[in-house]
Amino acid sequence: MTTLEPATDAAQDNLAALESEAIHIFREVAGEFDRPVILFSGGKDSTLLLHLAIKAFWPAPVPFPLLHVDTGHNFDEVIEFRDRVVERHGLRLVVAKVQDWIDDGRLEERADGMRNPLQTTPLLDTIAENKFDAVFGGGRRDEERARAKERIFSLRNAFGQWEPRRQRPELWNLYNGRHRPGEQVRVFPLSNWTEADVWNYIAREKVELPSIYYAHQREVYLRDGMLLAEGPWGGPRPGEEVRELTVRYRTVGDGSCTGAIESTATTVEDVIAEVSASRLTERGATRADDRMSEAAMEDRKREGYF
Amino acid sequence: MSSLLRLATAGSVDDGKSTLVGRLLYDTKSVLADQLDAVTRASVDKGLSTPDLSLLVDGLRSEREQGITIDVAYRYFATPKRSFVLADTPGHVQYTRNTVTGASTAQLAVLLVDARKGVIEQTRRHAAVLALLGVPQLVLAVNKIDLVGYDEATFTVIAEEFAAHALSLGYERGSVLAIPVSALEGDNVASRSERTPWYTGPSLLEHLEDVPVAPDPHDSALRFPVQYVIRPRTPEYPDYRGYAGQIAAGTVRPGDEIVVLPQGIRSRVERIDTADGPLAEAGAGTSVTLLLADDIDISRGDLIAAADAPPRVTDEITGTLCWLSSKPLKPGARVLVKHGARTVQALADELHARFDEQKLSSVDSPASLELNDIGLVTLRLAEELGVDDYGVSPRTGAFLVIDPKDGDTLAAGLVGERFS
Repeated sequence: MTTLEPATDAAQDNLAALESEAIHIFREVAGEFDRPVILFSGGKDSTLLLHLAIKAFWPAPVPFPLLHVDTGHNFDEVIEFRDRVVERHGLRLVVAKVQDWIDDGRLEERADGMRNPLQTTPLLDTIAENKFDAVFGGGRRDEERARAKERIFSLRNAFGQWEPRRQRPELWNLYNGRHRPGEQVRVFPLSNWTEADVWNYIAREKVELPSIYYAHQREVYLRDGMLLAEGPWGGPRPGEEVRELTVRYRTVGDGSCTGAIESTATTVEDVIAEVSASRLTERGATRADDRMSEAAMEDRKREGYF
Repeated sequence: MSSLLRLATAGSVDDGKSTLVGRLLYDTKSVLADQLDAVTRASVDKGLSTPDLSLLVDGLRSEREQGITIDVAYRYFATPKRSFVLADTPGHVQYTRNTVTGASTAQLAVLLVDARKGVIEQTRRHAAVLALLGVPQLVLAVNKIDLVGYDEATFTVIAEEFAAHALSLGYERGSVLAIPVSALEGDNVASRSERTPWYTGPSLLEHLEDVPVAPDPHDSALRFPVQYVIRPRTPEYPDYRGYAGQIAAGTVRPGDEIVVLPQGIRSRVERIDTADGPLAEAGAGTSVTLLLADDIDISRGDLIAAADAPPRVTDEITGTLCWLSSKPLKPGARVLVKHGARTVQALADELHARFDEQKLSSVDSPASLELNDIGLVTLRLAEELGVDDYGVSPRTGAFLVIDPKDGDTLAAGLVGERFS
C-alpha cells in the first residue's frame, strides 16, 4: 500500500535487506522441518517466492516440491507459464484440483460460481495427505488489515486454522518452528515486502512473469465495476456488452472474480510507473472475493485459507 | 544513511496510538482510495463526521467491535528519503510481551502519552523494556496537545520528567526526543504545526526521516550461525560443500581466519558465495554461503566466528528473561533454548532475581517468573553454545526459551546481566 517509485540507490539497499531476510527464512525452514512445500500458482508473488528459494539453495536444487490449488478457473497463459517454470527447474509439482473435490461431492459449486473461496478444503486435504508440515505462501502484511498481524511463521492447528490468540511472539530473527504432530506452520518470507518492493525486485532481477501481467488485447465485459473476461467459468450475461480493450492484470486468481485493468504498460518499468500513480490497492482494484465483506480475509484465515 | 528504518510504537489504552499510526499512513499517502472509502463508510456508520483514522489500522473484527488492539501489527510506509517498517504494539494486555516483540527488531521506538495525564507508570515500564532490549532511539509523542490548549508548560513538564527517566535507564540526551503532537488534528505529525510556535524541533515524520540509526555492527567481530549445509551432489558441482547463513555480526572476507564453535576447529574462509556470484566482502545482515579451506565436519547450529575474537563457549548461560507465557517458570524447569540456528535442552538452575521494570527495586530468589515478569536466571545447557553478551552482540546474545511439550515460546532471553 506504499506509493510506488522507481528504485533509487536507497531502495536497492532496502531490496538487498529484504532478499537476505527471505533467504534466511527459507533456510530456517529447510533446517527445521521434514516436509515443506511452496504454494505456487504462477502468480507474481509465488513466482517471486520460487525465485528467492532458488537463490537460497544455489547451487543445489530447491529441496521442496510445489503445490498448486487449481480452481479450474485459470488463464491459459498462467498454466503454460507454471508448467514451463516447473520443467525448467526440474521441480515436482503437486496439483490439487477444486474440480475433483466438486466431482466426488466433497465440495459444492457456489451459486455465484466463484471458486477462490472453495480452495480451502482441497488445500487442507492435500497438506494432510502429503504430511506437509511447513507451507510457504506469498502473503504480504501490506496487503490487507488481517494480514498485518500475521507472523512470518504462522502456527495452524490440525484443521489448518489460524487462531490469532495462539500465535507466538516473534523475536529478533529467531523463528520458532516447533509444532505438534498434525499441526502445520504457514511461512511467509515476503511478509515485510510491499507491492513496490515486489515490482522493483522483479525489475532488478529480471524475473519472468506470465504475460497477462503486461498490457495486451482482450475481450472483456463490465460487471460490478470489474472488467471480466470470458472463460471456463462463464461469460457475459444478457446486457453485459463485450468490448476489446487493452488491459493487464494486477493480481492473478480465479478468473470468475479477478478483474483486468485498462493499461498500456508493456514492461516492468511501465508497470512500476502505472502502479505508483494508482490510487487503489491491488486487491481492492481487482478482486471481488476480497470485497465480499469487511472481515472477509479474517474469516477465510480462520477457516484455514492463507 | 540507512534507507530502511524499523520502528515500534508503544502506549497505553486511549493514548491515541492507532490514530497516530493511521495519521502517519494517511499523511505519507500510504492509504489508497479504496481503503479510505472503507474507513469513511465505517465512520459514517458510527455517526462520525470525519474519517476515524484509527480504523485504518485496527485489523481484526474483534478489535473493531471493542475498539482495542490485541496484537502486534506491522505497517509499511515510505517517503522519498526512507522506507519504514512499523511494529504497532498495543498497550494494555500482555504489554511486555508485545513491547518486547516489537522492540526486538526496532531501531527507534515512539512512546505515546496523553498530554492531560503525562508520564504514567506504564510509560516508565515501556521505556525500561525498550532500554533492556537496547532500542537505540526513543521518541516521546506527547499526544492530544490540542486538548491542553497547545500549552508549552504542560509539554515541558512531561518532556523533562521523561528525559530524566530515560537518562536513568542509560539513554543519552541526544537519543531521546519529545514532540508535542495531535494525532487527531495532525499537528507536528507530518509537518510542523503553527499552533505550537514555541516548539522548535522537527515534526515526527521529519525526525523519522533524518534520525541517524546505529550502523549494523560491522566493526564487531564476525559471527555466522550455520543454518544449512549446501551439498548439491550434481554432475556440475560434485564436491561443493558450502555453509549457508545470515551474518549476525561483523564482516567477512576471503582469507579470514575463523574458528568453528563449539568444536573449536580453525580454518580459513576460501570463498563467499551467493547465487549472483562470489563476493569480496559481506557485512552483517547479509545471507551468504561460506566455503572453507579445510574439509571439516560442520552442521546446522554450529557458529563460525572470527578466530582472533571468538565468543565464549559455555554450557551455562546467566541471562535476563522476559517471561511471555501464562505458564510460570519455576526453578528446576526443563526447557529448550534456541540460540542462532541451534536448539538445545536446558534446565532452569536458579532464579536469581525478579526486577521491577522501573529498575528501582528487585526481589531476590523469587519462587517463579510469571507472565510479563523480567528476571535474572541461570540455565544449564545439555550442549555447549558460543555466546556473546547481548549488549556486545545482540544477535548472538539473544535466545528463545521454548516449552518442549507444546513448542510455545515462553521467554525472550538476553545473555548477561542487563539490569545490574
